[in-house]
Amino acid sequence: MARLLGVEIPNEKRIEASLPYVYGIGPTTAKRILEQAGVEPDIRTGELSDEQISKIAHVITESETLNCEGGKLLIEGDLRRELQGHMKRIASINCYRGIRHRKGLPVRGQRTSTNSRTRKGKRRTVGVVRAS
Amino acid sequence: MGRSLKKGPFVDQKLLGKIDAMNESGGKRPIKTWSRRSLITPDFVGHTFLVHNGKDFPSVFVTENMVGHKLGEFSATRKFIAHGGHNPKL
Repeated sequence: MARLLGVEIPNEKRIEASLPYVYGIGPTTAKRILEQAGVEPDIRTGELSDEQISKIAHVITESETLNCEGGKLLIEGDLRRELQGHMKRIASINCYRGIRHRKGLPVRGQRTSTNSRTRKGKRRTVGVVRAS
Repeated sequence: MGRSLKKGPFVDQKLLGKIDAMNESGGKRPIKTWSRRSLITPDFVGHTFLVHNGKDFPSVFVTENMVGHKLGEFSATRKFIAHGGHNPKL
């Protein structure tokens, strides 16, 4: 288990496959990071030298050409905080999406008659209790 | 998929006219509109709109961070009536 940027602990997979364990890095970004760091994507994470690991970390924190808008990459806590901020703003202005977030229902117009279990959580019976 | 930037934001002409008239007269009366599809631009800020939801016109006071949303997002078209209204003992 290698440590990258403090808390991240990817495992004994290829580095290309273990970078996406970091919140905010997906397959595409991982490839881009390795390209910029000049590291073979097929090396196992455990076999990376310290130098290569620090190079990757450096690219993640410093490179300005990683995300699609050409800005710096946001990962882990920073990214989570930003998303939370967006959600708070949407909830505070009382728009449809905010209301759906608040009620814990799907936000993007999916059906709710059935399914939507991810948003709605465990099934719970609601409504009329049959007299027996 | 967002709207192409070259077209600029979409606002119904009729609504724009109403806002301009309101700005000119300096009035603060609510603006009644059916145009739920209009994007809220910075000129909307500070006005109150009565946005049609198919039945009524709930009032929507536009603040700065509503810019970029559509008017319709603030005027719900569905009304949720709670489940389990009947008395099961009857």
